[in-house]
Amino acid sequence: MRFTLKVWRQAGPDAPGAMQSYEVDGITPETSFLEMIDLLNERLIAEGKDPIAFEHDCREGICGMCSMVIDGVPHSPERAVTTCQVHMRSFRDGDEIHVEPFRARAFPVLRDLVVDRGALDRIIEAGGYVSVKTGGTPDANLIPVAHADAERAMDAASCIGCGACVAACPNASAMLFTAAKVAHLAHLPQGQVERAQRVRAMVEQMDAEGFGNCTNHYECMAACPKEIDVEFIALMNRDYLKASLAADDA
Amino acid sequence: MQLDAKIPAGPIQDKWDRHRQEMKLVNPANKRKYRVIVVGTGLAGGSAAASLGELGYHVDCFCFQDSPRRAHSIAAQGGINAAKNYPNDGDSIWRLFYDTVKGGDFRAREANVYRLAQVSNDIIDQCVAQGVPFAREYGGLLDNRSFGGAQVSRTFYARGQTGQQLLLGAYQALARQIHAKTVTMHPRTELLDVVVHEGRARGIVVRDLVTGKISSHAADAVVLATGGYSNVFFLSTNAKGCNVTATWRAHRRGAGFANPCFTQIHPTGIPPSGDHVSKTTLMSESLRNDGRVWVPKKPGDKRAAAQIPESERDYYLERRYPSFGNLVPRDVASRAAKERCDSGHGVGPGGRGVFLDFQDAIKRLGRDTIAARYGNLFDMYHHIVDVDPYQAPMVIYPAPHYTMGGLWVDYNLMSTIPGLHVIGEANFSDHGANRLGASALMQGLADGYFVLPYTIGDYLARAGNSDVKADHAAFQAVEREVGERIKKLLGVGGKRSPDSFHQELGRLMWDKCGMGRTAEGLNEALARIPALREEFWRDVAVPGTGDTLNQTLEKAGRVADFLEFAETMCLDALERAESCGGHFREEYQTKEGEALRRDDEFCYGAVWEFRGVGERPALHKEPLTFENVHLSTRSYK
Ligand SMILES: Cc1cc2nc3c(=O)[nH]c(=O)nc-3n(C[C@H](O)[C@H](O)[C@H](O)COP(=O)(O)OP(=O)(O)OC[C@H]3O[C@@H](n4cnc5c(N)ncnc54)[C@H](O)[C@@H]3O)c2cc1C
Ligand code: FES
Repeated sequence: MRFTLKVWRQAGPDAPGAMQSYEVDGITPETSFLEMIDLLNERLIAEGKDPIAFEHDCREGICGMCSMVIDGVPHSPERAVTTCQVHMRSFRDGDEIHVEPFRARAFPVLRDLVVDRGALDRIIEAGGYVSVKTGGTPDANLIPVAHADAERAMDAASCIGCGACVAACPNASAMLFTAAKVAHLAHLPQGQVERAQRVRAMVEQMDAEGFGNCTNHYECMAACPKEIDVEFIALMNRDYLKASLAADDA
Repeated sequence: MQLDAKIPAGPIQDKWDRHRQEMKLVNPANKRKYRVIVVGTGLAGGSAAASLGELGYHVDCFCFQDSPRRAHSIAAQGGINAAKNYPNDGDSIWRLFYDTVKGGDFRAREANVYRLAQVSNDIIDQCVAQGVPFAREYGGLLDNRSFGGAQVSRTFYARGQTGQQLLLGAYQALARQIHAKTVTMHPRTELLDVVVHEGRARGIVVRDLVTGKISSHAADAVVLATGGYSNVFFLSTNAKGCNVTATWRAHRRGAGFANPCFTQIHPTGIPPSGDHVSKTTLMSESLRNDGRVWVPKKPGDKRAAAQIPESERDYYLERRYPSFGNLVPRDVASRAAKERCDSGHGVGPGGRGVFLDFQDAIKRLGRDTIAARYGNLFDMYHHIVDVDPYQAPMVIYPAPHYTMGGLWVDYNLMSTIPGLHVIGEANFSDHGANRLGASALMQGLADGYFVLPYTIGDYLARAGNSDVKADHAAFQAVEREVGERIKKLLGVGGKRSPDSFHQELGRLMWDKCGMGRTAEGLNEALARIPALREEFWRDVAVPGTGDTLNQTLEKAGRVADFLEFAETMCLDALERAESCGGHFREEYQTKEGEALRRDDEFCYGAVWEFRGVGERPALHKEPLTFENVHLSTRSYK
């Protein structure tokens, strides 16, 4: 198969960027999207040119590192996949494909398709945990957890922190990411003690990082490779409201 | 090089407790005066950094990914073992210990393995308290599944994403400490060398992967938790960034490298469909609980699986190993697959594959149950191969997966360099010549949560503060070396990409030092590797500069280290003239084709001391004694 790639190239955080065009040929349908970029990069290196910088690690959809906007959609127009899980058989021979970085105010571009998603870590650091120390914990079976709650917590905890939700949102909001962590812990008995202060701290950090607000477009869920449910945003909003009222009372 | 394993005296059940009582403690008020460097944020490094931060130490933590949450541990699928005996099927600490020593083919240290089994239960308690959403039964209690190499169900899991959930637990604990400012996190920062001065580890030299800045970090103790080296084979189930750089650089500075030839080839990888393939995807071992492995009885049978009648199928694992069947340990399953394919029964691309079939399980349990157990794995397979495993069997083939070898450590997890500790997959400690499924996650978290935080305190209390700061001449000298090496890589100006060298090395290692090894093949590899290394330094192409984000440069440095390491790995495989666990020397096998261990000559850990690139390293031996598990021939028949 052959393709024309239009790829965002940017030499550094402060350098201007532009789309550049590349022709690739002889690609087999079972080649993955990243493997196609690998092949292109091999060619660029052989020509002494700078290869395209992009992030990846596990290449099986779990680390959350890969982060390309393909034809205008974070990860790819295909549903429920990460960039590294896209195969060329999903495209038509001769297609022109546009490749850009995840864009958001809170995700500055570092080079080409690599952006800084450190803001997501800082939201977790603000409170996305249960404050237990190592050791001295009770037997794991002491507190039963209803099967349905454990499953729902797992649905939320499946978030891979890639930031596609932010890149997809017209407001560059990180609500789905933040809500996934809030909901994961809110569905478990272990998460109850700090529930109110957790949601407050995380939402405040989210705002401080410059993420936009949620105006219910639900583009985030459509782009999410793990299909995290927007219902979690509603849960977070409820929790946040309750927590703010309680804080006002105090 | 002195090898003192420092195994505490006394009966095996009491060693760890007694040792803990005898260890020196650091007074709580003094802890913040100690600085500890932790390199790696996988299960081992993440849990260690968080726990050390909680204790009050000043921790600097490093990883090369953009976030600590993306360490390779995130990809573990199947589960984590513990001796809880919740299913009441006869499990115990002793049995987990026994299974692990036997599973490792008697090439691990008994005392370490016993301790691992002992703390396994604490890990599950810890993780549940953190909010890890393990699978549960309808009554709300924790669910268990079985895994290869055991006849009890002791594996805890979170769908097919156990590593992800355990790592998020550790990452969240780490995030809490970053917030509390006990841990300073340095993401996108790669360790390029270790600084040793007057016989003690003093710190590390790193490169900021965004700005290219090289800097020194001094500490009172250094912990490496940098994972395994399966990527020496290029194609493996590991994440693309996994590398040997940190452990190899430490080795060059004096840390003994133990059993580098002990690598695990996992039986259920997806076979590569062509040369473009950049990594092998693993299909979790848990699939062997319900999937049946078979090949056509007739060699060269090209019919689709559904066209092959029952009577013409060879369920070779059930045939050869009736008591464990499809649940034999990984080394046994992988070798059996290779044997069938070598004798012409293989299926799929190039005849390098065997069927993993769920039709019987679907008939017995229903599609919904199978979907609940393995849904995401089935989807993953479907997505990659474009074949629906609910309809047709998977085709699988062994793939490099895990490395039991690593830096040698004593009972306190300290390497042969005082002050340099090594935890998780990066060390050699607990799995001998073969690791049982669901035991790596257990070991990583055992080391990080429950062993190292104690033993490092004892070291610091005895050794005191290090007076060598980051501006010391010792650091400046190493910084210079690191800078010169980068300049050299950028200056070769050759024509071949780092990846092309990596691929060539990987193919060589897979052929000569993979599932089957011979003296002849290893000698060929030993002749070829130095030539390839020489060609690398003559013809590698690294465009760009050192003062920006330059992924080709990062890759080149890692490949250069693999090219040195590979030689020691082959040498180790050549020296070990026996078959054990994942190390199968074709010259040493029984009449039935099983591994032939030679305990009278090789019952030791082989520890290599660096003598210079291309120089033969010196071999030291740590003799292994088995006082609790009788040294016997492993049988899964
Ligand atoms: C696909 C797959 C599935 C698996 N499933 C299971 C399972 O079900 N059960 C089980 O028990 N085991 C499983 N394993 C094995 C297990 O996941 C690993 O052995 C384990 O997670 C290793 O953890 P670690 O903390 O030692 O290292 P890793 O998680 O590999 O972490 C290494 C860390 O070191 C850092 N690092 C490395 N080099 C450098 C450097 N030079 N400079 C700076 N930082 C560096 C990295 O950034 C990373 O943070 C699986 C492995 C794979 C590949
Ligand atoms: S590379 Fe890990 S999710 Fe894509």
